[in-house]
Parts: sequence; C-alpha cells; structure tokens
Amino acid sequence: MLLKMNFTQQRRVRLAQGLWLMSWLAVMCGAFIFCLGVYLKTELLRRNEVMENTEIHVVPNILMMVGLASIGTNWVASRVCQDSLDATRFPRWKVLLLAWFAVAALLCCLLIAVVVLSYALQGRLEESLKVGLRNGIRFYKDTDVPGRCFQKETIDRLQMEFRCCGNSNFRDWFEVQWVSNRYLDFTSKDVKDRIRSNVDGRYLLDAVPFSCCNPASPRPCLQYHLTDNSAHYNYDFQSEELNLHSRGCRQALIDYYMGLMNSTGPGVLSVILIQMTVLVSLRYLQTAVEGAMALEDPEGESVGYLLEKGVKETIEDVKINVMTMLKLAQVDPAEASPDGEKAADATPPAS
Amino acid sequence: MALMLVKFDLKKRVKLAQTVWFMYWFAVMAGVLVFSMGLFFKIELRKRSELMDNNESHFLPNLLIFMGLVTCGINAFGGKVCYDSLDPTKFAKWKPMLKTFLVFCVGFNALLLVTALLCFLMRIPLQFTLAEGLRNGMRYYKDTDTPGRCYMKRTLDLMQMEFRCCGNDNYRDWFEIQWVSNRYLDFSAKEVKDRIGSNVDGQYLMDGVPFSCCNPSSPRPCIQYQMTNNTAHYSYDHYTEELNVWKRGCRDALLSYYGGMMNTIGALVVLVTMLEVAVTIGLQYVNSSLSTLANPEDPESESEGWILEKTVKETFTDIMAKMKAMGKGSKVEEGGEAAVATVS
Repeated sequence: MLLKMNFTQQRRVRLAQGLWLMSWLAVMCGAFIFCLGVYLKTELLRRNEVMENTEIHVVPNILMMVGLASIGTNWVASRVCQDSLDATRFPRWKVLLLAWFAVAALLCCLLIAVVVLSYALQGRLEESLKVGLRNGIRFYKDTDVPGRCFQKETIDRLQMEFRCCGNSNFRDWFEVQWVSNRYLDFTSKDVKDRIRSNVDGRYLLDAVPFSCCNPASPRPCLQYHLTDNSAHYNYDFQSEELNLHSRGCRQALIDYYMGLMNSTGPGVLSVILIQMTVLVSLRYLQTAVEGAMALEDPEGESVGYLLEKGVKETIEDVKINVMTMLKLAQVDPAEASPDGEKAADATPPAS
Repeated sequence: MALMLVKFDLKKRVKLAQTVWFMYWFAVMAGVLVFSMGLFFKIELRKRSELMDNNESHFLPNLLIFMGLVTCGINAFGGKVCYDSLDPTKFAKWKPMLKTFLVFCVGFNALLLVTALLCFLMRIPLQFTLAEGLRNGMRYYKDTDTPGRCYMKRTLDLMQMEFRCCGNDNYRDWFEIQWVSNRYLDFSAKEVKDRIGSNVDGQYLMDGVPFSCCNPSSPRPCIQYQMTNNTAHYSYDHYTEELNVWKRGCRDALLSYYGGMMNTIGALVVLVTMLEVAVTIGLQYVNSSLSTLANPEDPESESEGWILEKTVKETFTDIMAKMKAMGKGSKVEEGGEAAVATVS
C-alpha cells in the first residue's frame, strides 16, 4: 500500500467535512480561472487589429475550458463528500470516482500546460505583433480605403495609450509614407523633390504623427524635421530624449501581455495546488470509507491509502488491463466469422 | 386614533422582527456603499486638484463619508435591537432608549435627504472652480522649468487626451496665451520679433494648439500650427474642418464628468434614504407592538402597532405644548414673573 493512514470514525468525519469545504473553495477557484480566461481573451481581442494571427488565443481558451470543467468537477466532489458518511448513498458513486480522478488529473495537467504555453508562445506573439504593426503603419494614410480606414485611429490611440512610437522605434515612420496623397500639393517644389528622392515615388519625411509625442517633454512637441538640428531653436536630435516616446509599440505590447500572464501565474499555480489537495483527500476518503463499510463494525478504524499496491505493481496492473481490453477488441471481429474460428480449431490437430 | 394601526399576534410579531432585522442588514451594506462612494469622489477630486487650483471644496465627499459611517453604526444597532426584540428579557434593556433612538433616526433621515440634495446642487460651485483652475493651468503650461508648476504641461496634455477636449471653452483659448516657453524661442528671428511686437504684453501668440488637442479620428495628419491660415496647408478650410482638433472645451468635459458622478451619487443616496425611512417605520412598529401587549405577562397575547400614537395634528400640538412648557419652565427658573395669561 502506498502512503497508508489509519482513520477512526471521527477522523473520517473530519476528513469529509474538511474536504467538503475544500471542494467548494475549489469551485470558487474554478470560477476565478474562468474569469481570468475571459479577461485575458477580451484584452487580446481589444488589440486584435494589430495582431496578425490568433495563436496566442489558445491560452485564454484553455483557461476558460478548464475553469468551467473544474467548477463541475469540484461540485461533484462536494456531493460525494456529502454522501460519503451515509453507507446507503455512497456505493452509487463508486463507478464515477475512477473517471473523476482521471478528469481531475487531466485538469491539473492542462493548467500546468497553460503556464508553460504562456511562456512558450511569447515568440509567436512577437512575430504576430511585428507583422500586424507593420501593416498598421503602412496603411496609416489609407483613411479613404474601405477596410483600412480605421488603421489611423487604431494606431494613434495605441501609441497614445501605450506611450510608444512605431514598430521598433520612431524611425519606422521615416520609411513609410504616412501622409495621404489627397493632402499633398503636387505642384510644390518640396513635394516633387521628396517624391523623386526614392525609387517607389513615395513622399517620405523625417517626421512622425502627433500620437508619438511625449506629454512629459518640457517643450512643445517637435514632430517634423526631426533630424534637422537647424530647423528648431536649441534642438539637438542626438541628445533629445523626452520629445517622443522612445519605446517601440511591439515591445510595449509584449511587455503588457507578458506582465498580465506573469501576474496570473501565481494564481494558477495555487489553483493547481488546491485541485491536487482535493484529489488526494478524496482518494483517502474513498478508500477509508470503503474500508469501513467492509468491516463488521462500520464505526471502527479503517485504513486509507493512495494506491492499493506499490507504484510499479499498479502500473503493471494497468498495463495488463489495457492489454486485455485491446486483445478483446482484436478477438471480437474474428468471432464474428465462425468459419475463421473453426479453421483455427481445425489447424492445430492437423499438425 | 393612532396613525396606520395594525393588529399583531405572536406569529406576525416574529415575522415583523425578522423582516426588519433582514432589512437592517441591507441598510448596513447601503451605509458601506455611501461611505465608499464618498471615498471614491474624494479620490477623484484629489486626482485633478491641480486643474482646480487646489481650491476645490471637499465638503461633500467628507459629508458622504461621515454619513456612511453613521448609517452603518445606526443600522447595526437597530439590527441588534430587532434581534433581541423576540426575547422579552433582552428587549427590556433596550426599551427605555428606543424612543430617543427613533427620534434620532428621523432626524438622521432628514439629514440624509439634505445630503442627497447637496449632491445635485454642488455642481454650481464646481463650475466656477473649474473655470478658474483651467484658465490658470493653461497660463502655466509653458512653465516647465518653474518649481511647483513644472508638471502642469503634462497634466494638461494628459487631461486633454483623456477627456477629448481642447482649451477652456474651445480651442481658440490657446490663441490668447503664450504656451511656448521663451527658452525655445529664437529672439533673433524675424518671425518671433514680429509676433512679440504685435501685442501689448510682448507675448509670443500664435494661431496654434498643443498636440494633445489633436483628434485621432481625423482622416488627415493633425494640423496644429497656422490653423487660421487656409493657404498654409493644402486642401484646408478652417471654417469647415471639424475633425482636426477636439471641438469641446475642457471645462464642459470635466463638468459633465463630475456632474454625472454627483448625479449618480445623489440618486443612490435618495434610495438609501428611502430604505432608512422604511427601517425606521419598521422599528417603530416593533416597538409599539411590543409595548401594547393585551396581557403583559403572556408573550403570546395580541397587541397593536402604529406609526404615531395619535394623529399627525394631535402629535404636533402635543410637541408644541411640551416645548412651550419647557420654555415656561426655564422662564420661571430665571425668577421672572409667571406668564399666567397663557394658562387657560
């Protein structure tokens, strides 16, 4: 027997009561996990427009599923606890308990997987943001193209809210034409020069949109002619730090989402702990109550254990059970044709 | 003839006590709600106290906090009295102070109603405080090197972006003040000298606004400078341009924000007042039903409950007579002549 403990009637009652409370706590934890999943999903959906794919959504999806499943599972556990001290009502749960243990173990594994995934998918999130932001910046000027007309507002609000500028930094705006052709006077010399200065005929500026401006700067925001020191009084492009947001939006968004997932990490880990405690306690309760029911005096002492035999033997037993089930499944189609069976009977005597 | 007389037997009395006890617990939570709303309002005022010149009146949130605490206390006490009312021995010790407690409750409810009224009325002084504070704030926008005012620029920029507003009444307020610091002006340039020479105070005024006035929903990149000059920008007409900068003034924006908050708080306090009146009436019924037992020894006998022992008019005349008697009593104590004329 693995980790066996003796249980008197009083201890069994205490265990049942404690487990009942614990399983209701676990139900609340399940609800908490579900709400966490919903919150994470809404936060990801809010910035959907700057993300290229939705691979990262697997984390909140699993959290929501596990939350709902855990509410149901732990509610069943509390019902089992209520019935455990009544010898007439407990036997009907016998069959269900094996399945329950499997489901509870699966939930714990899924939660651990979520924690691992939230770190592992960081690279994919970064890729998705890179492409999404690049498209957003490219389509910034297309406020008259259906399907892209909200990119300007999205990028502006994103840059103001997260205090960032551009994809990696503010120079990303120098490489894109972000002023629409509708607002360019093609007869003026300056515009003609700029358009001729590059292969694609784009109007490129050393300037950024207003949403890149940093409110903490002591001077009014300088948006245009950023690389030209002589265009502004008392301005040095190399040493000016506070004028624009220095962070890139990709880094800002990743920091934000990683911060969210990191802060939920301890919560998820403690929920895993609570679920494991419920699982172990229910196993002890099951074995102790079953042992007590088998005694002549149901109020006497019984033994509770985790596994009836040792770990190795239990694994061997499980293997044998699985093989027999598989063999039965293999033999069944053969039994369907009686000729095959007769042939199998006939051949050995012949040899 | 008593006001709203109701007959009670034991079962009804027990049910009444239980209901009123339950309602008292709701009322305790309502008191906590009033307290937290007062706290929330206080924090919101503190957050933007710079924009109101640190001059704003904290009278209303302090009053809400105080009323919330007193409500909790009164209702907890009332709940205890109700709980004990089912046990005659326990109730006997509360009985003497119950009448004063009920009178105090009535006064407190009136005070709650006054608080609710104040919530709706405090909008008016707030309007003036905001107007004054914002005007000063805009004047100190450029003083990012003056200790004590160096954060005004950031505060104003963040506020204009958050509340989607520009200037005090509208964006033209920025045209009337110098919001660019002298440190960033090249006084040898002709343009700067022209602008400074163009007005009496020697201020660098321009038809431009800070970047925080820009509206992200505009289809074209923001036009901040030379806003009244149509020729300075291609395809631009400043009379018809609507989406370029925020049209609303910050005074209106902040006023509607705080006004909405105060209206909600006022409505909730009115609801709490109604709940308080209900529990006071309930306690009065409990009190009167337990003091009019037909057979004082038998707890199961019938009794009557009422709101007022006599009709409203008679109660009122009784109170007036009592006050006159008290007044006469103090006059006699002073050793003055007895006013015999009033005795009929």
